[in-house]
Amino acid sequence: MKLKMKLKRGIPLIDQHDQQGFWGEKFGGSFIPETLKKPVEDLTNEFKRLRNNKEFLKKRDYYFKNYIGSPTSFVKLENLSNHLGGAQIWAKVVSEANGGAHKIYNATVHALICKAMGKKYIVGDTGAGYAGKMLSMAAKKFGLKCKIFMGAKDIKRQKPNCDAMRKNGAEIVPVYSGSQTLVDAVSECMRYWVSNCDNTHMCVGSTVGPNIFVKICGWSTAQISRELKKQLKKEFKKIPKKIKLINCVGGGSSAYGFWSEFIDFDKKQIELIGVEAGGPRKSKLHAAPLSRNAKVGILHGAASYVCQNNEGQINDTESISAGLDYPGVSPIHCFLKDTKRARYTYATDEDALNAHVMVTKFEKLNPSLEPSHAFAEAIKIAPKLSKDTIIIVNSCGDAKKDRDILRERLGKH
Amino acid sequence: MSSLLNKAFLNAKKENRPALLTYTVAGDNTKKKSLEILNSISNYADICELGFPHNTPIADGGQIQTSAYRAIKNGIKINDVFSIAKNFKKSKKNTPIILMGYYNMIYQYKENKFLDKCKKSKVDGLIVVDLPYPENKSFASRCKKNGVNFIQLVSPTTSQIRLKKIIKDSHDMVYYISMLSTTGGKLKVSPKKILERYNKIKNQNKLKNVVIGFGITEKTIKSLKKADGLVVGSAICREISKSIERRQNTVTNVTNIVKRLRNKIQ
Repeated sequence: MKLKMKLKRGIPLIDQHDQQGFWGEKFGGSFIPETLKKPVEDLTNEFKRLRNNKEFLKKRDYYFKNYIGSPTSFVKLENLSNHLGGAQIWAKVVSEANGGAHKIYNATVHALICKAMGKKYIVGDTGAGYAGKMLSMAAKKFGLKCKIFMGAKDIKRQKPNCDAMRKNGAEIVPVYSGSQTLVDAVSECMRYWVSNCDNTHMCVGSTVGPNIFVKICGWSTAQISRELKKQLKKEFKKIPKKIKLINCVGGGSSAYGFWSEFIDFDKKQIELIGVEAGGPRKSKLHAAPLSRNAKVGILHGAASYVCQNNEGQINDTESISAGLDYPGVSPIHCFLKDTKRARYTYATDEDALNAHVMVTKFEKLNPSLEPSHAFAEAIKIAPKLSKDTIIIVNSCGDAKKDRDILRERLGKH
Repeated sequence: MSSLLNKAFLNAKKENRPALLTYTVAGDNTKKKSLEILNSISNYADICELGFPHNTPIADGGQIQTSAYRAIKNGIKINDVFSIAKNFKKSKKNTPIILMGYYNMIYQYKENKFLDKCKKSKVDGLIVVDLPYPENKSFASRCKKNGVNFIQLVSPTTSQIRLKKIIKDSHDMVYYISMLSTTGGKLKVSPKKILERYNKIKNQNKLKNVVIGFGITEKTIKSLKKADGLVVGSAICREISKSIERRQNTVTNVTNIVKRLRNKIQ
């Protein structure tokens, strides 16, 4: 009989994989071409060394504080809570981080690793353009040459972030293959790395890809929950009895960062809720492999739930939010789903837009379309919950980049 | 009993030339046409690689991507790939055929069922781009038990220790990736360097047939003719694209390019 999948306590989730890199013997791994074996192995060894190196940790903390601007604030959304009734709604305003989203953590750490490995070039993928923008910022900060791979469709719909990347001196490589979105950008970035791995470092923009990239990204975004834990203790004297941590999930990097310190808690005390992109209400397409029962498959070097057909061809996805518009998801979220530690659901494009409208109407907060998916779930469940329930939404991105989409869909702004 | 692959290499050696391996994508641009192409080019190629296309290929360059997307768009399914292979073997039973692709397709089909189908279709070998050593150990040994050669890949980044282990675990054929590149890149390493590295691999075990692939075209093929075998893929896929664009006969054009490649290494 097969053993039931189980989470371990006291060990970061990013380290709970076996020797082959699988979480729960099933998710993750490193399905990579032979050429990438060596660079991935080198990176794995280097990361292992650096994360135990006091000097490196000091450097990381220094840049997190002085460059990224940690800690980001933790605020009560008084008006929204009053309007909805029921649970208290709070936000961790991660969009305050330098650059306007959580992607800066992973980008900064990758730039530091790239420097430590003596490489001068850094490449990365991007969907919403935040991962790309942040990597271009970090590259500029640390004197690295930077190339960003981005789907042609995303370049059109996320212009403000593209402008920022170019301003930072990065080259944007448009990807015209497939659906011209994030999935194709990641493929093209990996292909570029295959050809240039001798002098170039690759940053994967989320907790996806071969095992080591999941780990580095999760290790970087975990800063969010370290801060939140302190802020909770300060605000409530101790960790409250009923908490719901709601986060949007595309690749899953902000959600893992938001949850990592709280995974060991009982789920009755701290419930983890991931909200995927359900796509347009009337469309069959979506980007919600966890909540809409996709099968396990291999995408971009890792096994995870993947939107795909019976043959194993990756499906087209559709979402108003470029950052969530990805057919796969982090193996660690698959693990959290199968161990039932986290619950995953989805919000449609329309739900997210409505949530964005409501949040901006009541609060001085401007969540991008990605966290608007999380707010949609908060808005849905808050009225049914007791006053002592603390809902916390990770407002992980700022809506400046969504200017054009919001104008088109809402006709104002 | 020696495998068909071994025999093909031996035949080429008797003629004092490397074996010529071609790569085409199954179903490019139709099921019927890709079978016709295989039947025709195998008059000049010693071993035929047949790609089962995937829409998220992380190691293929533009030419092969285009072929793969075209085949998928035209509705190719895994079972069609097997039937193309099977039909090919009906007329060319002595020409080895190698299926090549990405692991997710095998994973969804289920490994054992996939192998069973390989056997039934008389497939001689298998290359799985994103299932490297040692992750491929158990699957590779099951391939061997079923009479299917699992072909290990070696690249310029493969360390010496790793190389030893891979060769030890390899079957009849080893595929050396000539340079850091996706398929179809321009040859950016000198043939001399490539052959130096090739010899290092060959010296591990002279009985293994080592082929070189990536960046091999009509222009470069002659310079590498000391190898046991040479693989041409992107140059052929490009010819298919061109022929379709010009509304010319793909079978004739592709056959001509393979004929010319063969003449260069005669």
